[in-house]
This record gives sequence, structure tokens and C-alpha cells, in this order.
Amino acid sequence: MNPLIEMKNISLRFGGNQALSDVSINLYPGEVVGLLGHNGAGKSTLIKVLSGAYKADSGHIFVEGSEVKINNPQDSQRHGIETIYQSLALADNLDAVANVFLGREKINGVVLDEDTMEIEARKVLDRLRVKIPSLRVPVSNMSGGQRQTVAIARAVYFKAKVLIMDEPTAALGPEETQKVGELIKALKAEGVGIFLISHDLHDVSDLSDRLTVMKNGRVVGTVNTKDVSEDDVLGMIIAGTTPKHLANR
Amino acid sequence: MQNLQTNQAPVVRRSLLQNLGIDAQLLTMLGAIVMVWIGFQIWSEGLFLSPRNLWFLAVQSAVVGIMVGGMVLIIVARQIDLAAGSILGFTAMVMAVFQAPPPNGLGLHWIIALIAGILVAILIGSINGSVSAYVGVPAFVVTLAGMMIFRNLTFSLSNVTITPLNETFQILGGGNNGSVGPLWTWIFGLVIAALILWQTLAGRLRRQKNGFAVRPMWAESLVTGVTLLIVLAFVLVMNAYPVPGTDPPVGSGIPIPVLIALAVLGFLNWMTRNTRFGRYIFAIGGNPEAALLAGINVKRTMLFIFMLMGFLTAIAAAVQAARLNGATPTVGRDLELTVIAGAVIGGTVLSGGAGTILGAGLGALLMSSLENGLGLVGVATEQQKIVIGIVLLLAVIWNTVSAKWRKG
Repeated sequence: MNPLIEMKNISLRFGGNQALSDVSINLYPGEVVGLLGHNGAGKSTLIKVLSGAYKADSGHIFVEGSEVKINNPQDSQRHGIETIYQSLALADNLDAVANVFLGREKINGVVLDEDTMEIEARKVLDRLRVKIPSLRVPVSNMSGGQRQTVAIARAVYFKAKVLIMDEPTAALGPEETQKVGELIKALKAEGVGIFLISHDLHDVSDLSDRLTVMKNGRVVGTVNTKDVSEDDVLGMIIAGTTPKHLANR
Repeated sequence: MQNLQTNQAPVVRRSLLQNLGIDAQLLTMLGAIVMVWIGFQIWSEGLFLSPRNLWFLAVQSAVVGIMVGGMVLIIVARQIDLAAGSILGFTAMVMAVFQAPPPNGLGLHWIIALIAGILVAILIGSINGSVSAYVGVPAFVVTLAGMMIFRNLTFSLSNVTITPLNETFQILGGGNNGSVGPLWTWIFGLVIAALILWQTLAGRLRRQKNGFAVRPMWAESLVTGVTLLIVLAFVLVMNAYPVPGTDPPVGSGIPIPVLIALAVLGFLNWMTRNTRFGRYIFAIGGNPEAALLAGINVKRTMLFIFMLMGFLTAIAAAVQAARLNGATPTVGRDLELTVIAGAVIGGTVLSGGAGTILGAGLGALLMSSLENGLGLVGVATEQQKIVIGIVLLLAVIWNTVSAKWRKG
């Protein structure tokens, strides 16, 4: 089976800073891969290359076995890759409906088809089982959990094959965090591949099938979650070395 | 699974305003205009609200009214246009030089002059837009430079008044034959009334069919009724001012520049609410990074906004030149500040992301009303500016305070 996503030998330099050097990572359908590392390890930079926000200096990206060029966010979306950024990337002054469809509005001729968008947004939010009383108030008036749901609804509505979640629970309380966990399991069961980015091991260890640890722009190693102890992974994050017996692939 | 449901947004109380479904901001604006009008009516001992004065007030508001909507879009997208007044001056001069008879001008057909002016202004807009968007120079600096460049290019074209202009062209200014007459004014009023009724009814039925909330019937009737009354009053007032020198008196009807301003504002209002372009302007203003990540072409959108502003400036320049029957090198000086003030009084937030065309139109009307009224009661120009400055300050304070208030 081809991996859903394969990134090979990705390097990216910002001025004098080698943000990514020779990074390779992959993701299979229905799999959750946790991407771990300190702040500044290169996790967010790597996923921004995949989501089209940055362009790698060198390296290759394969989607379901065939090489693709991702030059901008549209390219990424076209390949079924949806990203939920840590900042959520919502336009706070617009309402939930406008945010779910931002950049991909439904139109009749040249006119926005607001009714269809509202109906569809309502459906997808119902599916996420989060109650948002009015979809027609600016999202700046919503709670953290509701805003997170709007960001997730964006990805779910457009039928992501690959979902990238950058610190999805950083701004959430315990109940909302649990809710996001359930959602990840549900999407995984539908065959969606998920990259879960976090600087906190506990956030991802329960949900991930594999863990990839990064440090200083390099991949330290990739391990099966069930094969490792918490201390093993912490060792990788802090020391930046993989014990030989743990390395797979 | 039900956990998140306890975490709802603050309970929304349906206040009177929410029932009416109108923006508090808009209502405040309308209230302010009514108060200013009544005040001037008393102060001027009945002159202000005469058909004659209201007709002239409408004409005076037209130039700013044409430009203010474009400025709203620019400010909403976190930009600014300080060059608008200078571009208007330059464009007006180009139009005058092209059509005025030799030796002052080239004596070309007025349509060629008009098109030349429009193309020049769009070109300038596209330079402003591309330097801001693609090179990344803040629009404040780009248009500050443009303000100096184009004002002095105007002087370079001619440091004297270029006149006269073609008589047909002068219709754009609302002077002789520059109004549509009573019949067309009624037709205009009826068409607008029909549009309002159709929009309201069709929208309501569609929303009901889809199971969305609709305004209570009484609120819908009240808002629609008041809107229709405003249209009726406008038609009656425009027709009540007779064409000078007619006996028996013949009503003037809507002046052409006012018709243009209304059409521009109506179109921009529709565009901001109903098209992707309008949506993207607000998205960029709300969160430029989110807009970019959503795949919106932020730079191209900004370029288009400045080109649109250039186009509107050219239309306003044509109206201004037609009204004056010529172009002076100082025409439009400080006009950008009046336009920005109109937009801000109308609720446009300088940090971007918020503003309405309708509010800005009313803001422009309020500014013109102050200028007109203060002039009518004999306040000197310098003191008029003091009053307008204070009103601008009060308006912004009010907007800031009431925004905090609403947030709670």
C-alpha cells in the first residue's frame, strides 16, 4: 500500500537559519502520526510546507504514490490536504458560515449562495455535535471550543483525505480536549490520515499510532507508539537521539 | 458527548434593535442626521429644510458620496488612500484639458475626455495598489507620495483654470438640464420601492422555506415602511425644487450627480454583501493571514480595491469638473480627508475589518449637512472646519465606546 502522504528529504532555509534539513516523514490512510518536538524544532514549518504556506528549497512530496508540487494553499487543498492551524486561521469579523467556506464559497453566477452555505455549515457542525446557537454572529463572539469546531468543520466539510492539526487542543479545556480526541478517532475510522502536532507528549500519545520526533529541524526518529515508554520518547525529544532498538523504518 | 453543549456563547437577549434587525450604528447615524437637520432648521429660521436647500445639499454630497464607498473598502482591507483628492484634481484637469477648446485645451470630444480621465485614474490606482500589495510598501506612504506627486502634476498640466467644458458633459454636474425631471424621478422612486419590497418579501420567504430565523412581522413591516417613506420623501423633495426660471414651475427631479452617487453606493453595498470580492475584502481586513491560508489572492484583491477607488475618483472628478464648468489646479485639495472622515463617522474602523457602505453614505451626508448648514447660517469656512473636526472626534469616541459597550 502506498502511503497517503510521503515527504522525502525536505529542506528549507530562512536566511541563515536551516529550519528543515533533509526531513522525511510519511502517513498511511486511517493512521494518526504524532509530530513531537520542542518549540522551534521545525514541526510547524514542516506542516506549512505540506499545506502550501511555505515552499521547500528541496525535497519531494508524494500523494498516494505520485509526486506533486505544492506551491500554495490551493494546491494543497486540491490534493485533499486540509490544515487546522494553531491560530485557527479564522477571520474573526466574519460569521461561522463565512469562515467554513472562506476561499471556497458557493455561488450562483456571481452571487454568494448564502442559504446553501448556511444549511451545509449547519449540517457539518451538527455532525461534529457541537452546539453553536447562531451561525450568523462573528466568530470573535464565540468560545474557544466553538471556534475550534468552526476550524475543524472547514476541514471536514471539504472531505479531507489528510488532516493536519497544529496544537489542536492548546487553547481548550479538558472537556473540549476530550471532544477533539473523539473526533480524531471518528475521522481515523473513516480512513482519514492525520498529522497531530504537539509539543506535549500527553496530548498525542493516546491518539497516535506512530510518533515522529523532531529537533533542530531534523527528524530524530519515528517509532510505533505501542513499542515505547513515555521516558523513551522524552529522551528523544530532549537528547535528540533514538535508542537503536526503538528505530523502525 | 454533550460536554461542549454546556459551553455556549453568552445567552443572547433579543433586544428591540435585534428584533428590528438593524445595526445600532446605522440607527445612531440616522438619529444624528435628523438632529443636525432639525437644529439647522431652527437656526436658519426655516431655510435649511426647504426643497431648494435640500436639493443643493444632495448635489453637494454627491462627490464625497461617490468616493466614500471605495474608501470604506480600502480601510476595511487595512489600507488607506491619502492621494484620492490629488488624483481627483489631476483627473479633473486631464478631462478639462482634453475637452476645452483651444488654446486652453485640446478640444476633443467630451466622451474621449471622460474615458481618458477614467483610464488615467484607474492606472494611478493600479500603481498605488501594486506598490502597496506586491512591493509591500505601506499604502499610507505610497499614497502620501501620490498626494504630493499628483497635486503638483496637476499644477504642471495647468496652473490656471481650464474652462469652458462641453455642455453635454456639464450635465454630469447637475447644472442646466442636469436633473432627470419629475417623471423619471417618480419612475426611479417606484423602481427602488419595488426592489425593496421584492427583496424583503423574496428574502423572507426563502429564509422561511429553509427554516432560518426571520424578523417578526411587525418589525419587518416597520423597517420596510420607514425605508419606503424615506424614498417617497426623497422623490417629493427633489420634485419640489423647481427648475429656475420656469413658470409655471417645473420640478427639477433628481440631479444626475446624485443619481450617480446613489447608483455607486447601491452597487457597492450589494457587492460587499453578495460577492466573493466583497467577502474577501472583509476577510483580509479581519485576518490577512487567515485569508492567505484560505487560498484568497490577497495581493490581487488589494490591487483591485485600489483600481476601483481610482475609477470612483475619476467619476467624482467628472462630476466636480462638470459642476464647476472647468478644472482648477486646487480642485479636490483635502478632499481625501473629508472622504476618510465620512467613512469613519459612518462606522468604518481604521484598524480594518469593519465598516458598511450604507453607514459611510450617511457619514458623507452628515458631513455635507454640517458644511451646508453652517454656511447657510453664515459661519465662516475656518470655523466650519472646527465644528466638523469636533464632530469627527465625537463620532469616533462614540464608535469606540459603543463598541466596547456591545462587547460587554
